[in-house]
Amino acid sequence: MSAILESSAIIESFKSHAEAVSAQVQRVATKQMALELIARLLHEEGVDDKPKCHAVWAACPLVGPAERQALERAVPGLTFDVTRELAAEAKAGISQMDWALADTGTLVQDATEVAKRLVSTLPPLHIAILSTAAVLPDLAAVVQRIDPLKSPYLSFITGPSRTADIERVLTIGVHGPERLIIILVDDLEVAA
Amino acid sequence: MNKEFKQSIVNALANPNLGGALGRFSEAYRVGRAKAYEGIDFESLRTSVAEIKSAAAAHLDELAEKFTQAAEARGTKVFRTDSPQAVKDYILRLAQKHGVKSVVKSKSMASEEIHLNKHLEQAGIEVRETDLGEWIIQLAHQTPSHMVMPAIHMTKEEVTDVFNENVEAGQTPDIAKLVRFARGKLRPKFLQAEMGITGANIAVADTGSIVIVTNEGNARLVTTLPRIHVAIIGLEKLIEHFGDITPILTALPRSATAQLLTSYVTIVSGPVPNTDGTPKELHIILMDNRRNEMAHDPRFKQALQCIRCASCLNVCPVFRLVGGHVFGKVYTGGIGTILTAWFGALKESDEIQSLCIQCGNCKDVCPGKIDIPDLILELRRRLAVEQGQPLMQKAIFSVVNNRRLFHAMIRAASVGQAPFAKQGFIRHLPMFLSSMTDTRSLPAIAEVPFRDRIQKIQQPKCAEKAAFFSGCLVDFAYPEMGEAVVKVLNKAGIEVVFPEGQTCCGAPARYSGAYEVAAQNGADNIRALLAEDVKYVVSACPTCTVALKQDFIANLEAVGRTDELPAARQLAEKVVDFSTLVNQLLDGGRLKFKPGIEPAKFTYHDSCHLKRTLRAEQTPRKLMKQAGYELVEMEESDMCCGMGGSYTIKLPEISAPILERKLMNIEKTGAPLVLIDCPGCVMQIGGGLDKRGSEIKVEHTAQRLLECLD
Repeated sequence: MSAILESSAIIESFKSHAEAVSAQVQRVATKQMALELIARLLHEEGVDDKPKCHAVWAACPLVGPAERQALERAVPGLTFDVTRELAAEAKAGISQMDWALADTGTLVQDATEVAKRLVSTLPPLHIAILSTAAVLPDLAAVVQRIDPLKSPYLSFITGPSRTADIERVLTIGVHGPERLIIILVDDLEVAA
Repeated sequence: MNKEFKQSIVNALANPNLGGALGRFSEAYRVGRAKAYEGIDFESLRTSVAEIKSAAAAHLDELAEKFTQAAEARGTKVFRTDSPQAVKDYILRLAQKHGVKSVVKSKSMASEEIHLNKHLEQAGIEVRETDLGEWIIQLAHQTPSHMVMPAIHMTKEEVTDVFNENVEAGQTPDIAKLVRFARGKLRPKFLQAEMGITGANIAVADTGSIVIVTNEGNARLVTTLPRIHVAIIGLEKLIEHFGDITPILTALPRSATAQLLTSYVTIVSGPVPNTDGTPKELHIILMDNRRNEMAHDPRFKQALQCIRCASCLNVCPVFRLVGGHVFGKVYTGGIGTILTAWFGALKESDEIQSLCIQCGNCKDVCPGKIDIPDLILELRRRLAVEQGQPLMQKAIFSVVNNRRLFHAMIRAASVGQAPFAKQGFIRHLPMFLSSMTDTRSLPAIAEVPFRDRIQKIQQPKCAEKAAFFSGCLVDFAYPEMGEAVVKVLNKAGIEVVFPEGQTCCGAPARYSGAYEVAAQNGADNIRALLAEDVKYVVSACPTCTVALKQDFIANLEAVGRTDELPAARQLAEKVVDFSTLVNQLLDGGRLKFKPGIEPAKFTYHDSCHLKRTLRAEQTPRKLMKQAGYELVEMEESDMCCGMGGSYTIKLPEISAPILERKLMNIEKTGAPLVLIDCPGCVMQIGGGLDKRGSEIKVEHTAQRLLECLD
């Protein structure tokens, strides 16, 4: 019981810290619900099979071959074949994260595969999928779990891209995504 | 002081945007930083950071070698060099070999340090800064004014003009639109560039990893889209173990921008796939440029503990008035002064080191635990040794150290009888009687100095004795403070003696870099004070107290007079600041407050040395509250008042607005009384309030305590 309470406090802490830096956080019980939610979000964003209306999704454990087919059918304009050209013009990028840090609201990912980097850097919206069980308390906890020798490109993402370089006024969305939606999935296995 | 430098200060002060933007930022930063560190033990965190960094600084060569091996084992090309020119040549050759026409950069101070952009541009390569602030100053042909926020000195209107003139006409001063415009204009540059150049915040020797901390996301694009990635890293970024990134990443964003973590932290530990599937060309340049030499300097090796958060700029009362450009072209603020002296040349720091008022704010917030004010004094000392002591300074100290002559001269000057008063000599005397009194009135110089007045005080004969160290201000300007100290101690059954042989505490000489003079002051005082059989040595001036407790030792050490150190330490043990002593006496039941004291409001100004060196700033507050007074805290109570010894005379342009802000904060409390533990601050603040015709009273805590004690 206490472990459950503790983990729910960690999730709450993660959510509030992520929201404090302008990320949106949603939590779903099942993988299926996560896929449906993302499909709905992409529709709402106007993702379509027209130029500059694509969405790019970096291959991830949540999406097997069957899910991939279903999604591609359900959301025209969504592709799992990520190229730099498509990512540069896409409306949204989707990827799965490996860990998260509760005390800062941070997502952590081994982004060695270039597709993972493209979908979370170039489009204006990044949808990040995360196993609820992958939320760790803090930086020290994740530093113990990651191995830079196995993961030559590690990304820590805390909220959307931001700047305060003009008159110290906080402005969201400079070179990276303007919006970050985090989807916590309860029955998703921890990836790493 | 050279005219050009003075002019740069005057220009900066005349720029209302600069003062406004920096002033607002420094206020917000103070609050934001405190919030970001909530729940974190800053002292233990910064002890970890300092230990990690100092251990690394002690083994720079070894770590560089280890880093090289680890990185090369994974296919990274590592180039290590001492020479900035070699860095530039290497990058240019690499660019030419690969037919690079355009380069995108994310922020790199190391590349600023070596003026890389110019070198590449002269060879016909387009170099685009992509950090928004860096891009703006690149377009405006300026240099960064702040290590973390390079364009903080510009308004949105100025940025709009820069965009209109250099990129595309039609922009309007709407910050969100300007940012969007930058995104749109820089995006194609990221996609076109064949080479990306970054710096790094940390380099891990064990794993050959580099850690890049950003908010905008530009570093992720720079390390992903171009085929070649070059990272230029100063050797001081090396640490040994991967796990050691945790304390640094905990401190850096909190101290830099009051964030819990920046939007992005990127850790690159080897070549990764490019977008076309080929492996990236990853080049890491480990640049020395005197860092190893610094690591071998017993004093300055500490500066390698810097994690470049720039918090020393953000809390500096001088920086927030003048901004970074007065400091130089690359590194700015407190740590910047030190880095400029090393990465440039010692003499380049000659003017900028004088900007430091020695308030110690930066030392308190430095996450690398660097004693920046002390290192700036050390620069001053080395400059003084290199250039020799000016004749004027010699003449001044010969007067200052002869107490009776000094008193006679300033007394004569103060009543307008001395011919030399008009010749300017008096203006060079430490702390006193500047003719530049636009912002504050000066105290009258007492006709009879305290050293003579104390003889007339009827003291009880007591077995327990204390020696009083007056310092210049109490001796010559505020003898009533000294009398208060004597009378309070008498109430506790302590007799106070005044060792006649005491002289200047040496602070003016020390703060001018004249350590030989300061050490001699210390030696003379040690002899005079140890000659008396006393239990305590007490002063009403925190700067003098710090001198007696710490600086005598440091000054003697600095000039190699080590055989006198035991006596200096013996003296230091007897020294106690006045409030702390009163507190002890109250606790011991030897003093008590009068009953039924009428509750009155007061506000309290923290003197720099009392708070940040002696750490005794809570005691006077506690004592007055115990007496029945009500404390109304002012904003920024621990911000320097602008006195800084002779600073008021050397840089009155800066001292005056610092005082102005202090007076405003005092007035805002509505309290009719300001208590202060330092006669220098009393002189500055009291003089400022008097000049304004204010009714607010300014007193040394000792004076008010005397009234309250039974």
